[in-house]
Amino acid sequence: MSDSSIVHAHQFDDAEQQHEASWLGMWVFLATEVMFFGGMFLGYTIYRSTYPAAFADASNHLDIWLGTINTAVLIGSSFTMALAVRSAQLGARKPLVLFLILTLVLGALFLGIKFTEYYAKIEENLVPGSNFSFAGPLGRAAEIFFSFYFAMTGMHALHMIIGLALLTAMIVKAGRGRFSSVYNTPVELVGLYWHFVYIVWIFLFPLLYLVGRHLQ
Amino acid sequence: MNGPVEERRQHYLNVNYGLKSWLLTIDHKRIAWLYLVGVTFFFFVGGLFATLIRMELLTPQGDLVQAETYNKLFTMHGVTMIFFFLIPSIPAVLGNFLIPLMIGARDLAFPRLNLASWYIYILGGVFTLAAAAAGGVDTGWTFYTPYSSIYSNTHVALTVIGIFITGFSSILTGLNFIVTIHTMRAPGMTWFRLPLFVWAHYATSIIFILGTPVIAITLALVAFERLFGLGIFNPELGGDPLLFQHLFWFYSHPAVYIMILPGMGVISELIACFSRKRVFGYDFVAFSSLAIAVLGFLVWGHHMFVSGQSVYASMIFSLLSMLVAIPSAIKVFNWTATLYKGSISFDAPMIYALGFIGLFTIGGLTGLFLATLGVDIHVHDTYFVIAHFHYIMVGSAVMAYLGGIHFWWPKMTGRKYSEPLARLAAVIIFLGFNLTFFPQFVLGYLGMPRRYHVYPPEFQVLNVMSTAGASILAVGYVLPLAYLIWSLRYGVVAGMNPWKAKGLEWETASPPPTDNFDVTPIVVHEAYAYGEAESQAVYPTGKPANV
Repeated sequence: MSDSSIVHAHQFDDAEQQHEASWLGMWVFLATEVMFFGGMFLGYTIYRSTYPAAFADASNHLDIWLGTINTAVLIGSSFTMALAVRSAQLGARKPLVLFLILTLVLGALFLGIKFTEYYAKIEENLVPGSNFSFAGPLGRAAEIFFSFYFAMTGMHALHMIIGLALLTAMIVKAGRGRFSSVYNTPVELVGLYWHFVYIVWIFLFPLLYLVGRHLQ
Repeated sequence: MNGPVEERRQHYLNVNYGLKSWLLTIDHKRIAWLYLVGVTFFFFVGGLFATLIRMELLTPQGDLVQAETYNKLFTMHGVTMIFFFLIPSIPAVLGNFLIPLMIGARDLAFPRLNLASWYIYILGGVFTLAAAAAGGVDTGWTFYTPYSSIYSNTHVALTVIGIFITGFSSILTGLNFIVTIHTMRAPGMTWFRLPLFVWAHYATSIIFILGTPVIAITLALVAFERLFGLGIFNPELGGDPLLFQHLFWFYSHPAVYIMILPGMGVISELIACFSRKRVFGYDFVAFSSLAIAVLGFLVWGHHMFVSGQSVYASMIFSLLSMLVAIPSAIKVFNWTATLYKGSISFDAPMIYALGFIGLFTIGGLTGLFLATLGVDIHVHDTYFVIAHFHYIMVGSAVMAYLGGIHFWWPKMTGRKYSEPLARLAAVIIFLGFNLTFFPQFVLGYLGMPRRYHVYPPEFQVLNVMSTAGASILAVGYVLPLAYLIWSLRYGVVAGMNPWKAKGLEWETASPPPTDNFDVTPIVVHEAYAYGEAESQAVYPTGKPANV
């Protein structure tokens, strides 16, 4: 991402070429990210079809309410992010800062709720490893479910934390008036990233929290 | 030595001096040098492990090392050579240096990201070397579970974290290339005027982007399994070790094409220049690179014919593996057709290129043996496989890399290397290589399994031949290191275009100025217009840099 103090970096002919390159770069990066999460989604799919009962049972040990609230929080943050990008394009500085801060707060709230859930899982001995305990004959496959739960939501949370860092950088820059209706590519790109991370959660939520519901 | 004009001219090497000016550079040409130093270092580290392996295999008994050490040696050899030499070698050194020059750009699209890729590469290397120094890792470069995730007592986590980190360097390099090739081409540089080297790197970058993240998450899951007790590949919980193999080869087979496609790009340039002809069937050669990249993602199961996967899956994978031979053969035939009636000269880069064609043909055809289900079951996990992939990765990829380094050395340094020594080295490498690896085809067919430090005495003659060849090969590899470094100071000044080659990189000074071109070229001709046009581009407001 380029420094806003100059119109365009030396390797580009003009600002339009720079904008085009930055956009393409972000989309290519997101393609990489799809494959990164894709490996885990593939593994999840295979084990769920191998151990459907254990996955349904283990899924019921997740807190549906916290999961639902978190989904709503993240949808809200995606909405405020879209408003921030719109404000940046209009060159409206105060709304831009406001919506970026709102997105940051919602993102932090999501992580707070997520870590509360993690803490509960530690208390219930549902973290894979030597302390894992799960009543019933399906315990071993349930441990695989929780391995996926922690790997997938953990990677997602890591992306959220990176997103919060990016948002903080954007808030500082926006506060200093670095963005305008002409130059706002970094906000747009952080927006793309944020929406991607949100979409990952939109797949994770039903796969992890809702698979067991219809069996209750 | 230098003419007075040469000394005054400012270029990317003398624009500033000092360690800081190199370690903080965002010039793609200097970053290419940083990578050159890195990959050369890892090449000789990997070579050291290979030397110890070949020394042990001189005799049938385990007299130099025992099984445990031997396991670590071949693992560290594979890990350093594949992840830290072969994968970055041509893209990160030659690709980095040449892609902006070839398309008429001032730099890659994201220069700071480019520098960051190098630091990520070095960081990954530090982790892996730390694992080696701490006692090494013994799983084989394939890290098969559950051995790697549960049973191995060596430094698996540290090594896979190193590879995980280095993977991001590949991803960022690929991202940079894709964006640069899409958005930074000079006016008139249409897709079908691009040098085939650029097409090959575009195809490679697609694999970087789509394949590398999968190995990253797979190895991360192995590390989580070791460090935090997650159980995704753990058979005790009902986890499936085969899933690891699928995920691993989903990247690691395409990774073979990461290693060979850029080499094919180099060979297209060399063959055209030293036959003074346009590459025969340019479009086919360009699209065959993309075809290899796409098909390469669909063949991973041929590594798992004896793993217990479904025989029907194996049949499909066998068929698809055969299909990769088609675009590969298109390239070989088209290079050969380019040679036909060309004005061929046998400069050192051309010797490497011709060596490549021969060795790649052997490596490729023996790949078809291995893609055949019945034959593979006979030679699976034997030295036949070792010989096959060394013909591709060393015989082909390293030959192409060295050919490319020699070809563009005058552009990178402004100096010529010693041509007689270079030809000698190329021939030594070709002979040494064949003596090292051809006996291994025979050994494998006779049934010598890979990854053992002891073997039945009747295999000794062939193993001694192989070790003798490896010694010759080592001479061939050290020789260029010596005379290339020597040429940096004492080489004859090369001038802008010592090979009379076509392509925008030859239309700027050697070494190029920091911004590559003083005037942005407007491309008006096809690539490789040998005998047709003086230059590929016109320069409306003057001549290219300091001609």
